[in-house]
Amino acid sequence: MAVVETRKLTKIFKRGNVGAVVNVDLESREGEFLVLLGPSGSGKTTLLRMIAGLEEPTSGEILIGGRVVNDLTPRERGIAMVFQSYALYPHLTVYKNIVFPLKAQGVPKEKRERQAEWAASLLGIKHLFHRRPRELSGGERQRVAVARAIVREPLLFLLDEPLSNLDAKLRASAREELEQFQKRIGTTAIYVTHDQVEAMAMGDRVVVMSLGSVRQIGTPADVYDEPADTFVATFLGSPPMNLLPADDFIVGFRPEHFLPAGVAERPGEHVSFRFHITHSEYLGAERILYGVFDGGLFHDRKAVSRIPSTHDAGMNDASTHTFAVAQQDLKFFDRQTEKRTAPRRLPS
Amino acid sequence: MRQQRWLGPVMFMPAIIYIVALVGVPFLMAFVYSVGDVKVGSEGYHFVGLHNFKSVLQNPTFLLALRNSFLFTIVSQILVLISATMLSLALKNAFPGRRFFRFLILLPWVAPVSIGSIGWKWILDSLYSVINWVLVRFHFVSQFDTPVWLGEPKLAMMSVILVHTWHMMPFATVILLAGLTAIPKDIIEAAAVDGSGFFRTQFQIILPMMLPIISVAVLFGAIFTFTDMTVIYILTRGGPYDTTQVIPSLAFFTGILGSDLAEGAAISIFMVPLLVIATYFVLRQAHRAEVT
Repeated sequence: MAVVETRKLTKIFKRGNVGAVVNVDLESREGEFLVLLGPSGSGKTTLLRMIAGLEEPTSGEILIGGRVVNDLTPRERGIAMVFQSYALYPHLTVYKNIVFPLKAQGVPKEKRERQAEWAASLLGIKHLFHRRPRELSGGERQRVAVARAIVREPLLFLLDEPLSNLDAKLRASAREELEQFQKRIGTTAIYVTHDQVEAMAMGDRVVVMSLGSVRQIGTPADVYDEPADTFVATFLGSPPMNLLPADDFIVGFRPEHFLPAGVAERPGEHVSFRFHITHSEYLGAERILYGVFDGGLFHDRKAVSRIPSTHDAGMNDASTHTFAVAQQDLKFFDRQTEKRTAPRRLPS
Repeated sequence: MRQQRWLGPVMFMPAIIYIVALVGVPFLMAFVYSVGDVKVGSEGYHFVGLHNFKSVLQNPTFLLALRNSFLFTIVSQILVLISATMLSLALKNAFPGRRFFRFLILLPWVAPVSIGSIGWKWILDSLYSVINWVLVRFHFVSQFDTPVWLGEPKLAMMSVILVHTWHMMPFATVILLAGLTAIPKDIIEAAAVDGSGFFRTQFQIILPMMLPIISVAVLFGAIFTFTDMTVIYILTRGGPYDTTQVIPSLAFFTGILGSDLAEGAAISIFMVPLLVIATYFVLRQAHRAEVT
């Protein structure tokens, strides 16, 4: 059974305006880590807030555990949420923050203590019990917020960009920790982020959103390797997929699949291009080459290549080389609808 | 650089002059007068030591005024606190006509306190009281036995406290409203998701988070109330039989109207230690409110 389901869920903030969330159908599976990914303004947070009961849908239905919860208050939905700001209660100690949801539910004192100990030991924050939120570091606050969310063993765990306030180094370790943690407790989670790396790394499935609607739902490999449209193709991946318009279609390929001929070639047939490098960026493990096609179907169109640094000998600015892409790595999109179409053959 | 050296002090001067001339000098003179024998119109000054303080302490009216001052301040501040908290919570969320209600509530503060108090003087008048008229019409009291709001000791005290509360409440409401809007929305929402109901959210989240600003409002209001005599002066002049007399009004009646400047000064000096303590707490709370 789906833990959360939305049916034609729509939110319009101001009458006459376009919807912040439009006709979203979503189904999360038991124990799944579902990531809502999209740029700012794509409606992912609004969608999450509607599931939490903090925002009233304009139309559509939300089901939690098979029950329509549209008319239930947040407290009646049996969910827990971690806010972007963590929203810890500043006047309460860490311990009191963690037991607050239990107190609100009228859980007896001994059980509260037991649950708080359990949640805190899972996150390694027992030693912080007597501190106040302002005496904690960003990473510690995030853990307290997570502990407060899991302490009453909710049906569903909502996370609204919980890592965005951490510095880059901490974010990577917190990401892995949170992911492992969710697997261990096995609670279904919906996680909102605009960071594609987070989404790819953590999600069992990724929901890519843009302008209020869902563009694609799939595993990280699905959305990266088989993008449903040009938005998904360019939103995921850095640098994004090369998109080259031809007659009535657009052809796309990932920069890491666009390699100098003879370098780490993939099995199967290849299409070759003459590629003139205009400039490049050295990123340590790899080198990003920017340039234009020289002759052929895409003459003068820009493209990006991403090659391992071990193969960058001779790839100097203003030099021209033969590059190749495997036929299997070419993706085709309709030029009008920008949706994915059946593969075709490019002349090699 | 040369210009900088005199520009700062010059810009600062008006504030210094203002404080020295209108606060510092009168304050020092009050000290000097309180240990002298100055009367309105008297010539010369003789040092009499603590004689004035002794005579003040032996004066039963002073002890009554001291008690009344505390009663007046504490009760009115409690009423202000309760009503302002309720009002600010009610006015926080948007509803049709909120701006108009906010405006109405601010009126008592915006109107000069003297005009407001004169209005109340008529409302509470022994003959023309509109309150009594209503009470009689609805048969709550007999036409021949109406309450004399400003003429009976207990009723008079109650009346001045209520009118003062009416006057102070808007200011406290605005301060509390500011404190309330400063609470992040996330925290209220987190409480809702955590399963907290209306009262739990109010009493365990919102009120404790507002505590620093509430205490600033209360302490500030208390100092203001303790030193203010406008409402009492207009409504009762300390009567009947000094039952609404407070320290500031007694000092005024003794020192200015009774021409005994020295004793009036001594009476007002009694407020200094109390106010110093209160001010200390105000500043400490204000500092705390900043930190959190």
